[in-house]
Amino acid sequence: MSKDLSENRNQHQLEHFEYDNTIVKYFMVATVVFGIVGMLVGLTAAIQLFYPIFNFDLPYTTFGRIRPLHTNAIIFAFVGNAMFAGIYYSLPRLLKTAVFSPLLSRINFWGWQSIIVAAAITLPLGLTTGKEYAELEWPIDIAITLIWVVFGINLIGTIIKRREKHMYVAVWFYLATFITVAMLHLVNSFELPVSLFKSYSWYAGVQDALVQWWYGHNAVAFFLTTPFLGLMYYYMPKAANRPVYSYKLSIIHFWSLIFIYIWAGPHHLIYTSLPDWAQSLGTVFSIMLIAPSWGGMLNGLLTLRGAWDKVREDPVLKFFVVAVTAYGMATLEGPLLSLKNVNAIAHYTDWIVAHVHIGGLGWNGFMTFGMLYWLVPKMWRTSIYSNSLANTHFWLGTLGILIYALPMYWAGFVQALMWKEFTPDGLLAYPNFLETTKQIIPLHMSRAVGGTLYLIGALVMVYNLLKTAGQGDFLASEKDSAPALLKETESVETGWHNALESKPILFTVLSFVAVAIGGVVEFLPSFLIKSNVPTISSVEPYTPLELAGRDIYLKEGCVNCHSQMIRPFRSETERYGEYSKAGEFVYDHPFLWGSKRTGPDLHRIGSKYPDSWHYNHMIDPTTMSPGSVMPAYPWLAEENYDIASLPTKINAMRTLGVPYAEGFENEAINNANTQAEKIVDGLREAKIKTSKEKEIVALIAYLQRLGTDIKK
Amino acid sequence: MFKHYFEGISGIASYPIFSLTIFFVFFMALGFWVFKAKKDYIKHMENLPLDNEK
Repeated sequence: MSKDLSENRNQHQLEHFEYDNTIVKYFMVATVVFGIVGMLVGLTAAIQLFYPIFNFDLPYTTFGRIRPLHTNAIIFAFVGNAMFAGIYYSLPRLLKTAVFSPLLSRINFWGWQSIIVAAAITLPLGLTTGKEYAELEWPIDIAITLIWVVFGINLIGTIIKRREKHMYVAVWFYLATFITVAMLHLVNSFELPVSLFKSYSWYAGVQDALVQWWYGHNAVAFFLTTPFLGLMYYYMPKAANRPVYSYKLSIIHFWSLIFIYIWAGPHHLIYTSLPDWAQSLGTVFSIMLIAPSWGGMLNGLLTLRGAWDKVREDPVLKFFVVAVTAYGMATLEGPLLSLKNVNAIAHYTDWIVAHVHIGGLGWNGFMTFGMLYWLVPKMWRTSIYSNSLANTHFWLGTLGILIYALPMYWAGFVQALMWKEFTPDGLLAYPNFLETTKQIIPLHMSRAVGGTLYLIGALVMVYNLLKTAGQGDFLASEKDSAPALLKETESVETGWHNALESKPILFTVLSFVAVAIGGVVEFLPSFLIKSNVPTISSVEPYTPLELAGRDIYLKEGCVNCHSQMIRPFRSETERYGEYSKAGEFVYDHPFLWGSKRTGPDLHRIGSKYPDSWHYNHMIDPTTMSPGSVMPAYPWLAEENYDIASLPTKINAMRTLGVPYAEGFENEAINNANTQAEKIVDGLREAKIKTSKEKEIVALIAYLQRLGTDIKK
Repeated sequence: MFKHYFEGISGIASYPIFSLTIFFVFFMALGFWVFKAKKDYIKHMENLPLDNEK
């Protein structure tokens, strides 16, 4: 500590206070419980892709519904709770004060767990907005906002109450997390409710895609990365018992990372209908992002300089080293994936799944495990029950990641090469998409083995941590003391930046400006300039029946396996038809471009097959496509679609700018019935009996409409 | 919906250049300050997470 500072401090009396370990314990338990659940759901989803029987022929357990359950459980329940545990432990200790309000801490905890439970109930029921990682419907969105504000008050309140004048870099990362996630969530969740559990995105088509991937990308940045970088800057020095390699580097790391990250969202939409300038902007900022990401990674790894002997002994450091290395790999790979030529190969394939799991299993998972192995002995005042079990976990986890990721990279290349291969005659070498699906089944099986190893490792950890806690004695609140914070006039300033971080509110505002500017620059032109989304006169709003069918498509999570975005490549136009145009999506609230092709693209599926083909295919996909891994949807032929809500839905769409004529809502039901009867009559000729109110009829109407407007 | 509001802002075209300038100045100043930061301060900061503060 600087001489001036310590002299001034000594003139003030010591104040005594306590750190609340109970709340940390709560969040740790939730982390472990939801982590195991989230991984189990992920493993089930992985198995479904080669043994479709594991969809259990139930609506609630099909891949399309549990894939979002897996991603939400891992992101918001596992990583989210780990983040809160890590913050509630480190924040008060870094600021030498108790947390602002123990009551708010508890509201934060129970509120967050209720949101998770609500997600676990609504997602299998098919209540979804259809936007990736933002699937939860509007009442839950509001709950998330409220609980996030509670967390924010507690965070900023603690900072204001602090006894340590300067905010350590970890605290900056926590602040940036709070502000940015709040902004992302509010902007992306702008939706119009039509019933208690149904809403439509305020944005349509290209604009919805841009907002969604600005959100999606930065949810990775500010929910999975910045809080964990904060944790890295606290727990790595703690575990290694030495300061971070370069504090100066961490300052540059922070500001450049939060400024650059926010711009890179459009790299998720390369070669789509998004305007070219926005795609290029995404690519350029993604490449720039390598610098701060690697700066952070090196800062973490070099913290262990001269202490690598400890890494051999200490499982905590082992986990951290692999975590930070995985962070480095994923953040180099991300920018490379955003190059147009690489993206042309990787997009829609399993490569992307491998990439995110290097981040999820490696960076977030291993950081969390390392942190838990460090915190439990500390808080229960004991040493780890079994070092060798922790080492076993480490190796199971590391091998699990490799056995997961390597086959998925391989599968990604196999898919891309097969999709793009032509015969010497200029025809697609694999015209049937299903051939490419069957080819990668062994690789998907291997991925499930990797996932299983990782999960077993996590279970070993649960046992080890329970035993550790059992042999120890939990310290519910830890006493500490520090001198009161000096008043402004007495402090010794050494520059504008330390002045800045001693003013948390100003610091918060500046961080907000840094993250807001990128979003504003990207959104403004696409909202303002008409030429960014050229309209197509033949594109018309969906009929009421098609709209109902689209809602079923959303509910069943079809978007999780099928894209609706044909890229302008010959290999795609040969396979699917005319490439997708921005103007075709102007009435799509929300957009359904998708991000993964486990099955073929569906944008030009309309009129390609007869209605009867779709009917039979939905009831049992293997009858039309032998060997298909798509789940069967027999209930679509039994359940009635929600016809009564059509007038409300038409009204809602009109509010959002879809040009339905005034009074059309009153004709909506008749209109739907007429269209449905035609489909039913057609099916009868193919010897299929059904009736006009069935979900499958609406879904067929929607599928047959897809991508047909430009052919008129 | 947003269009309406943004079109109403006069001189919106100058915003991008204005923001670029702000960020250029901010990062130059940050780099300069980090380069010049006092050793005592850095030592204090980097030891904050550690119990054995000197």
